[in-house]
Amino acid sequence: MKSLFKGALTAAALAVCAFGFGHAEAQTPPGVLVVGQIAEPKSLDPAAVTAVNDFRILMNVYDGLVRYKDGTLEVEPALAESWTISDDGTVYTFKLRDGVTFHDGTPFNAEAVKYNFDRMLDENHPQHDTGPFPLAFFFSAVETIDVMDDLTVKFTLNAPYAPFLSNLAYPTGLIVSPEAVKEFGADYGRHPVGTGPFKFAEWESNAKVVVVRNDDYWEDAAKLEAVVFRPITDANTRVAELMAGGIDLMVEVPPDSLTQLSGDDNFSVYEQAGPHLWFLILNMKEGPFKDKKVRQAINYAIDKKALVENVLQGTAEIATGPTPPAFAWAYNEQLQPYPHDVEKAKQLIKEAGAEGAEVTFYVTEGGSGMLDPIPMGAAIQADLAQIGLTVAIETYEWNTFLGKVNPGLEGKADMAEMAWMTNDPDTLPYLALRTDAWPDKGGFNSGYYSNPEVDKLLEAARSSTDQAERAKLYREMQEIVYDDAPWAFIANWKQNAVSSTMVDGFKLQPSFFLLLDDVVKN
Amino acid sequence: MHVYILRRLILMIPVLLGLTVIVFLIMSLIPGDPALAILGSYATPENVAKLRADLGLDKSMVEQYWIWLTNMVQGDFGRSYSLNRPVLDEILERFGATLILAGTALVLCTIFGLLTGVVSAVRQYGWADKTLTFAVLIGISIPSFWLGLLLMMFFAVELRWLPVSGMYAIYGGGDLPDLIRHLILPSVTLAVVATGIIARLTRSNMLEVLRQDFIRTARAKGLDENRVIYRHAFKAALVNVIPVIGVQAGFVLGGAVYIETVFQWPGIGRMLVNAISTRDILLVQGGVVLVAGSYVLFNLFADVIQHLLDPRVKA
Repeated sequence: MKSLFKGALTAAALAVCAFGFGHAEAQTPPGVLVVGQIAEPKSLDPAAVTAVNDFRILMNVYDGLVRYKDGTLEVEPALAESWTISDDGTVYTFKLRDGVTFHDGTPFNAEAVKYNFDRMLDENHPQHDTGPFPLAFFFSAVETIDVMDDLTVKFTLNAPYAPFLSNLAYPTGLIVSPEAVKEFGADYGRHPVGTGPFKFAEWESNAKVVVVRNDDYWEDAAKLEAVVFRPITDANTRVAELMAGGIDLMVEVPPDSLTQLSGDDNFSVYEQAGPHLWFLILNMKEGPFKDKKVRQAINYAIDKKALVENVLQGTAEIATGPTPPAFAWAYNEQLQPYPHDVEKAKQLIKEAGAEGAEVTFYVTEGGSGMLDPIPMGAAIQADLAQIGLTVAIETYEWNTFLGKVNPGLEGKADMAEMAWMTNDPDTLPYLALRTDAWPDKGGFNSGYYSNPEVDKLLEAARSSTDQAERAKLYREMQEIVYDDAPWAFIANWKQNAVSSTMVDGFKLQPSFFLLLDDVVKN
Repeated sequence: MHVYILRRLILMIPVLLGLTVIVFLIMSLIPGDPALAILGSYATPENVAKLRADLGLDKSMVEQYWIWLTNMVQGDFGRSYSLNRPVLDEILERFGATLILAGTALVLCTIFGLLTGVVSAVRQYGWADKTLTFAVLIGISIPSFWLGLLLMMFFAVELRWLPVSGMYAIYGGGDLPDLIRHLILPSVTLAVVATGIIARLTRSNMLEVLRQDFIRTARAKGLDENRVIYRHAFKAALVNVIPVIGVQAGFVLGGAVYIETVFQWPGIGRMLVNAISTRDILLVQGGVVLVAGSYVLFNLFADVIQHLLDPRVKA
């Protein structure tokens, strides 16, 4: 008996010796950067995806006609060397970069550009069935695309549409190899071919996506030999992998771990505020929030500083209005966040005669850009209790939540959490604040805000091609919306990342994209 | 015996059919629209309606069920829209990984559970029994995901003896020793609770058997004590433990969901969690059918072994 037990113990010990002891887990080789992703990518077809997690890979494999200038959300040339815009703002003519080839050796030219947008927009295109293309509406203003010559392509829009250029810089506008799409069809998303600084090498499901340096890149070749993207869905495991050297860089670090890692000399911490807004949609059609005073009272009553510092542990900044400060060129610096002023809030509630009102509050369990929605919801509930409002929270899982909020709050709730991350100051207000964006008209204005002045400003800003003119209109819009308070403006999320100190030259972008061409790993 | 197995196999058909109905109903009844999940925050009612039609979600539930079932019988499990690949490829690949993990855990918990149980019973109330009973109690009570994190922090992060997560090293791995290194932490974590349950059961069964007449007879004949315990008592106790091991197989498969998430094991449990949150209906349905089907098979297997061991259980 004893001998048998001993035997088993010895066998176990031997096994551990053979495979464990004496084998310190290997570090990843220099020149190869291992990135911890939050999930398995859905597809590597830029036209087919919507998640930032997928964009992080795509931006390194593909180029668009234009891109965001380093550290900003302003557009600069990429695959297009230059462009002209007609005076009425409806015709964009792009001059393409000469001598660029896709990773499969086929040439990048005007035909390829036309192919890319036709595939997304034309239902009769032979490869339209490689979709669905959820963000194709970014380019719904495009009426025709004409190939003028091999390196000139002309987009004609059905109406002036100022965000067009910044939409082209978004991942949905990245250019794929037409030949590769024809070859792989519906499987193209697992065989991506672009023109970017890294070439796709391998995708092993649930384990890794590997991209290697493109030595023929049209700009300076990347410094890394390869990048491995590892999906690690559990945040604690992701942190453990970073600490054990299994990954070199991770994004979306949980706030607790961020505090711990920033005190450790072996790691570098990066932070960057992005074009993100976390807000509460207030139902203006019925109930207490029909009254502007009550909506303003909500904005005064919520202690945003406590939310940002305690609940979110410094991973976000206090929001002021509908436009995040990351859109520096369009942001209204004059506005200051609603201060936390309980007395003022109580007074406004009293003036409106809404003392002791009962409100229903939709809270989600999680979701894209929602940060820490349950504790945030609970903290907001407590803040509103201080001014005498009784808040009943209803919590839903993200998809269910969207299914309830997007069709409008009427008859269901008085307020709801929401967050958006956009690439142009036009997107969020245009889709969620205009009268023509009420849910029954296909928009996302779930709280039924309506102000003709705002509608006019937004339409005008969209049709102007002069950035200074647009900026002026957006600033004016922010002032009005700030005062009307159709939402409670809460927070702008700061993206974070942590790398080992072996990683050099890394920088987060306000676009939240992960650009790795200048990164070095020693 | 053959008739018994055949009869059990035939009985599996209504069980599996009932299972497909239940899985299908659950997936149809939970809130959240797959089209909305695909399109994300930018979903407009128009796009949603169009995509629902493309996915066949606008058909009646009976029709949808019938299409799914008839395709599946012909080996076509459909295409996963969250992963953009055939469901069958994905679930087979994932199920293989789960079988490796759950199989190893099952072997570990069987060996250690039986051993611990026998030692405890033989040394009843001795220090070995007390220590083991205490350890077993802790093993049963500890939440496995927490134990997993603890083991990970100690062996992988602090000592760096073992890898933190995954199934193979992402660089220069892929062979058997590499797999075993990745397997140790998750399979041990997964085995701990089941080991405790099997150990307890083995102990009580052994104690009962050891008090029976035939054991006294064996000892009276002057048989070697090891022979009495292993040839006589253990064999008799095993008969009652085996069906529980069959049930533990289901437990281990279920527990694999947490463990796979903690250790990022690319198994079917983790796949199902992701698939449910993205409302990837076909992937969930296919995965659950596969897991449940194999669980039914596994229990059949355990019953057959019990039959072979115990002449008293008549076919």
